[in-house]
Amino acid sequence: MNSLTEGKQSASGRAIERVRRGLGRRHAAERRFRLYGLAAVCLSLLFLSVLFVSIFRGGIGAFRQTFIRLEVFFDPDVIDAGDPGSGDYGALVKRSLRGMFPDVTGRGELRELYALASTGAAFQLRDMALASPDLIGRKEAVWVPADDDVDMLVKGVYDRRLPESGRRTSDRQLAWIDRLEAEGKIARRFNSLFFLNGDSREPELAGIRGAVMGSVYALGLTLLLSFPIGIAAAVYLEEFAPDNRWTRLIEVNINNLAAVPSIVFGLLGLAVFINFMGLPRSVPLVGGLVLALMTLPTIIIAGRASLKAVPPSIREAALGVGASRMQTVLHHVLPLAMPGMLTGAIIGMAQALGETAPLLMIGMVAFIVDVPGGWTDPSTVLPVQIFLWADSPERAFTERTSAAIMVLLAFLILMNAAAVLLRRRFERRY
Amino acid sequence: MSKKTIVALAALLAANIVPGFGQSGRDHINIVGSSTVYPFATVVAEQYGKTTRFKTPKIESTGSGGGFKLFCAGVGVEHPDITNASRAIKSSEGATCAKNGVKDIIEVKIGYDGIVLANSKKSGALRLSAKDIFAALAKQIPDGSGKMIPNPNQTWKDVNPSLPAVKIEVLGPPPTSGTRDAFVELAMETGARKFQALADLRAKDEKAFTAIAHNIREDGAYVEAGENDNLIVQKLQANANALGIFGFSFLDQNSDKLQGSYVDGVQPTFEAIAGGSYGLSRPLFFYVKKAHVAVIPGMKEYLAEFTSEKAWGADGYLSDKGLIPMPEAERKAVAKAVKELTPMKFK
Repeated sequence: MNSLTEGKQSASGRAIERVRRGLGRRHAAERRFRLYGLAAVCLSLLFLSVLFVSIFRGGIGAFRQTFIRLEVFFDPDVIDAGDPGSGDYGALVKRSLRGMFPDVTGRGELRELYALASTGAAFQLRDMALASPDLIGRKEAVWVPADDDVDMLVKGVYDRRLPESGRRTSDRQLAWIDRLEAEGKIARRFNSLFFLNGDSREPELAGIRGAVMGSVYALGLTLLLSFPIGIAAAVYLEEFAPDNRWTRLIEVNINNLAAVPSIVFGLLGLAVFINFMGLPRSVPLVGGLVLALMTLPTIIIAGRASLKAVPPSIREAALGVGASRMQTVLHHVLPLAMPGMLTGAIIGMAQALGETAPLLMIGMVAFIVDVPGGWTDPSTVLPVQIFLWADSPERAFTERTSAAIMVLLAFLILMNAAAVLLRRRFERRY
Repeated sequence: MSKKTIVALAALLAANIVPGFGQSGRDHINIVGSSTVYPFATVVAEQYGKTTRFKTPKIESTGSGGGFKLFCAGVGVEHPDITNASRAIKSSEGATCAKNGVKDIIEVKIGYDGIVLANSKKSGALRLSAKDIFAALAKQIPDGSGKMIPNPNQTWKDVNPSLPAVKIEVLGPPPTSGTRDAFVELAMETGARKFQALADLRAKDEKAFTAIAHNIREDGAYVEAGENDNLIVQKLQANANALGIFGFSFLDQNSDKLQGSYVDGVQPTFEAIAGGSYGLSRPLFFYVKKAHVAVIPGMKEYLAEFTSEKAWGADGYLSDKGLIPMPEAERKAVAKAVKELTPMKFK
């Protein structure tokens, strides 16, 4: 008896001994495992911060733009007060530049002088005169955008110490710019043009408003179509549909569609909406339809998952007190599932916001200057604008590309924040 | 959302969309085509949009071939009015056009574009000949006895003893690009003809010659860097030994960091390309549907803007963007043909 318990004790003692011996190793393994996880988090944070810092550093310059102060005399001999839209405003710009440097003569020299101001200066003066015709006959100090080469030089992107042949600004232009800077007639100011203008081939005039409006129209339509259709499909499949071969087939297909490369939706849009239905190319109407098709599976899958997460007791209780199936779904299940569905929809929309591939096929990768005013005006979207600028030869577009990426990121963060907020606001716990 | 709001939203949406379905008229010009002509056409379009009462034309960059495909699909507002091209229209494309009822096409030559081989200013400018380019980049080259062998050249010195002993590393456009087509035709073919064995082959069997002359090596010396020329520019700055192939406008914009290689003794400058002494240059075009000129508002004015001296002239704004203008007499002849809307004749 005694020896038996002794034997037992020694056996358990041996087991404990073995556990103790292994304990150090197991703890070390656990520490290592945690460290791996932490390292993974740190590494992805590092990549993310490198990305953000490089985009931020590249793009921050685009929010400030070099302007030149011109003394413009709105000469009534050049501009007809009765028809201020058709005057030669370029001549006014040239005249005021000559006025600042009266000693510049000769065709080549004058050409270099005129190149300091953007070609958009003339249009700016025209818009001013159109807005307030009483300017005509008066002298006015106007800040006009400088040419992109001047802008790049003032911002220090171009190296001014290089020999003249290796620079895009001549020695003469350098001297003029220095004099203007000393006189306070060149200044870097907030670049409102970037937010107010459509696309342009002159970097100093190019803006993202056209692309932002295009994105708003296309995504608005996407949301209007894909959200109700997606929710209806999810509710039917989850709450009403019988479980048979057909519904299982549909379910598999929806899951597959969510994984289909987005360009396939673009080809579908080209074939159905443009070639078959005869809708115009390059319009947010078709873009929105294509993006809606693309986001539908995401919304349906997220919707079904959040419907599944509503406990069956809620449905049983509602049915138990005599609610019909429709009342059960509309009054009890759907409100509880809504936060999850909204999150799914917003994530789907954020994905659609960053999409270019399907839009390539339906002609939305295009140069469009006019800001779209409706669903059938030609337009591009934000990511396409980034793509187009990244491919432009002018150097000043590099920083505009980064700035446009910053705007796109801001929209994405905003949408994701909205998803979090909605979830917080409507979420209920049992 | 109340029922009323939903109904109101739906009505608003319908009201906005419905006019689009008919598409009976179009108030803007629709342009497609080459990505090489795109930077020039867009400048003209923008100027035109700002100075006339018409809307700014819409320009899609589809590539020359893709542009012709859309352009030749038919006549009517749903088809583009103009297509840009970095090469002349092929007779097969002309036949497609004719089959689909696109009969009268006006060809407008707008100027020249130079193709440059550039490297970083950190290393010296290369002095190449067309023969060197072929010997460095062809997949197969003839050996001493005229037999074709896989390209053995690893450094520029292997190609030509006067060149530096630097590894051959060339970043260039992929086969889908018009720039690649032009480069192969202008540089590789010319270079291939300089080899006696290949010149003989050309006289005998032109197809076999083209197959060899157009075949670029795939062993890593030539890197397909994608359609984005800015990417090539950035890679050249990082790698001083690499050479890049792209359009002149990108060299022009990055003249502080890059230099063009001499080709047959001529460096790619604006003057050399305009004067015709630099060999690697090609004409650029756009094509207009005559049937659309009277239908789409502002077509005549767009053509006038493009062919005006202030646009394509020697000091015009297109030359600031890197387009090499045609000689004055040729500009006048083309402008006259455009004004009279003279359709081109297919050979």
